[in-house]
Amino acid sequence: MAKVGVFVCHCGVNIAAKVDVKKVVDTLKDLPEVGFAREYKFMCSSPGQELIRKAIKEDNINRVVVAACSPRMHLPTFQKSLASEGLNPYLVTMANIREQCSWVTDDPDEATRKAIDLIARQIKRVAHQDPLEDIDVPMTKTALVIGGGIAGIQAALDIADGNRKVILVEKSPSIGGRMAQLDETFPTLDCSQCILTPKMVEAAQHPNIEIRVNSEVEKVDGYVGNFEVTVGKKATYVDAVKCIGCGICQDKCPVKTVPDEFNAGLTIQAAIAIPFPQAVPAIPVINPDYCRKIKENKCGVCAKICPADAVIFDDEKKEEILKVGAIVVATGYKEMDPAIYTEYGGGKYPDVITGMQFERLVSSTGPTGGKLMRPSDGQEPKTVVFVQCVGSRDESKAHAYCSGICCMYTAKHTMLYKHHVPDGQAYVSYIDVRAPGKTYEEFVRRAIEEEGVRYIRGRVAKIRRLQNGQYRIYTEDTLVGRAVHIDADMVVMASAVEPQSDAKRLARILGIAYDADGFYTEAHPKLKPIETASAGVFLAGACQGPKDIPTSVQQGSAAGAKVLALFAKDTLVKSPQIASVDPTACTGCLTCAYVCHYSAIEEKEFGRRKVAEVISGKCQGCGACVATCKGKAISLAGFSDDEIYEEIVSCK
Amino acid sequence: MQIEKDPKILAILCKWCSYAGADLAGTSRFKYPANIRIVQVPCSGRVDPVMVFRAFVEGYDGVMVSGCHPGDCHYGTGNYHARRRLAVARRLLEFTGVHPDRMHFTWISAAEGKKFAEECAEFTEKLRNLSGTEKTLAREEIAT
Repeated sequence: MAKVGVFVCHCGVNIAAKVDVKKVVDTLKDLPEVGFAREYKFMCSSPGQELIRKAIKEDNINRVVVAACSPRMHLPTFQKSLASEGLNPYLVTMANIREQCSWVTDDPDEATRKAIDLIARQIKRVAHQDPLEDIDVPMTKTALVIGGGIAGIQAALDIADGNRKVILVEKSPSIGGRMAQLDETFPTLDCSQCILTPKMVEAAQHPNIEIRVNSEVEKVDGYVGNFEVTVGKKATYVDAVKCIGCGICQDKCPVKTVPDEFNAGLTIQAAIAIPFPQAVPAIPVINPDYCRKIKENKCGVCAKICPADAVIFDDEKKEEILKVGAIVVATGYKEMDPAIYTEYGGGKYPDVITGMQFERLVSSTGPTGGKLMRPSDGQEPKTVVFVQCVGSRDESKAHAYCSGICCMYTAKHTMLYKHHVPDGQAYVSYIDVRAPGKTYEEFVRRAIEEEGVRYIRGRVAKIRRLQNGQYRIYTEDTLVGRAVHIDADMVVMASAVEPQSDAKRLARILGIAYDADGFYTEAHPKLKPIETASAGVFLAGACQGPKDIPTSVQQGSAAGAKVLALFAKDTLVKSPQIASVDPTACTGCLTCAYVCHYSAIEEKEFGRRKVAEVISGKCQGCGACVATCKGKAISLAGFSDDEIYEEIVSCK
Repeated sequence: MQIEKDPKILAILCKWCSYAGADLAGTSRFKYPANIRIVQVPCSGRVDPVMVFRAFVEGYDGVMVSGCHPGDCHYGTGNYHARRRLAVARRLLEFTGVHPDRMHFTWISAAEGKKFAEECAEFTEKLRNLSGTEKTLAREEIAT
């Protein structure tokens, strides 16, 4: 006989201000199932959990309902309280009277009535819940890291140092990501390449890390501990084993019209090219859209000249299935295309460039060898205006969110500019300067006070190209309350940080969620910033939201720690909330096997009949088979018909 | 003048997207009518049409079923199974004399707290307008 203990949480004032918790307890304590009922200020606190333990010991309750926040938040907390007193952890349920009652209801009487009803339904439900035992499953202790930027590299290195195998999958021909494109980094003005390339090389040479470049994740099967990941490797037309990375091919290739992505489209490169000098691996790739041999079966110079005989024109896309136990997603971000900002020229004015293009223009590995010149005429720009928040904090045109990194990199850009052109004048058009990191504010002050950069508060209205080749920037100075215009030689737009264009496709493959802007959603915004809704899939870096390098590295390390913690156990504990078939009721129609997304249902002999059987290791507990079974022969533990109908019918 | 009671709504929500969306409505303090009772299921694919019929038998005025957006199902295809089953259930509802609009199937993601609150308010309003327009069977009639 179920004897339910009911615990109603005040959650400070979050619940108690709307819901009359005393009245709730008084109403519910007389229900036949209830053996114990009380309210408390914070049920999730240590004394709150102690109340549950005490009631189990002294009042002999054998089922628990906690009426508090969402079960998504604290159900595991209370499951542990039960387990610590030897009660099966699946005999607790939560009534969500905060997120789905006190916070969404205006009228206190209505909220109280709703809370009573919500709790009563959980009391009825929990009385029908059965004790369940966790399932132990073996796991593959190899991690997959998707994305070879700084966050992915850091995660891979930390996992590999923890003595676990890592496979690092990167879409482009080299690891390094956005950080490899940067010239210097804020707030120390460290040379980006100098601090990144050692890490790239370390990752490439680490005995526990395998790098797969030019590769993308195409399919993910399985579950935490036992993922089967299909990785597709693009045809690169160069044998990575034979190639010695001498680069003769890219010098001799006659097709030199391919836009150079690494240089943010500022220059062109050959149809066969190593993406950038410090690339890891330093192996060239042929772009089949431009190569004359592949397109027209002419030329073939690279193959003739290659000393290692590494060019293979009939290369094909390859697929590989990897068995891994955990996945770190570190796919990074892209810079927004400013084409929608037609008032700023929409990317058509040659000297109105984006932040990343400026970065390449001042970089010693960039198209100009580090000499700052205007893309249009090669002149040194004497006046430069840096426009902030292009696409960020601008809901009417692009994104409502703040891209987070632009205030800092613009301050850095102004300094780099002043170091290149000491007699030049830099202006920054800003809305607010957001510099909350360690020594960030001091860095911005340095730009203003030491480098004489002029910060003008206001959003730029329009940029017009003048006859003399200069650009007129129409803006306002909101601190003085006056419209101003500046004639400049060059304009740099701090274009918004955006999710990768294929971010949603990957989210679907991985079964993780993304927010309204397309950034991946963490399991909890404060307490689970690394985990996702899918167990065993972790996030690192800017794919989860705009981030600077230090934060990306932190999150990369954090994801590494999560993976190592997961791999530290011998076996994996799997939720027992899975389906099972009653063979005596099963007619063997196998419609269930047809709807099962995981191929977890197979046919088996039962006496002289064939019936369905659930493979417990594969079942993920979605319940599609339960709903489809005509004979009601399948049941889902934790979400059985009994339990769900009990909730439905107990509504008052 | 008689003040009409709010119609009673059962919302069956999948735990990955829509239940999280309902939580987000709370976290964002979007208010909606207090007449909604939410039941969590692992996936909208778990929703058996019988649940919907049972809800009407038990006296709910409307049933809302919500899962992840197409393509975003945590279990791959569960929401598509739900959509097909409930499309058939809709026609059966009509046959039994319940206005098919009393069942509302929708997609609400974990990021759409506002959408959840709006759907609740709109569905409540729709059910109010439906009241008295159809011949509903008394609970006793169905039981016999």
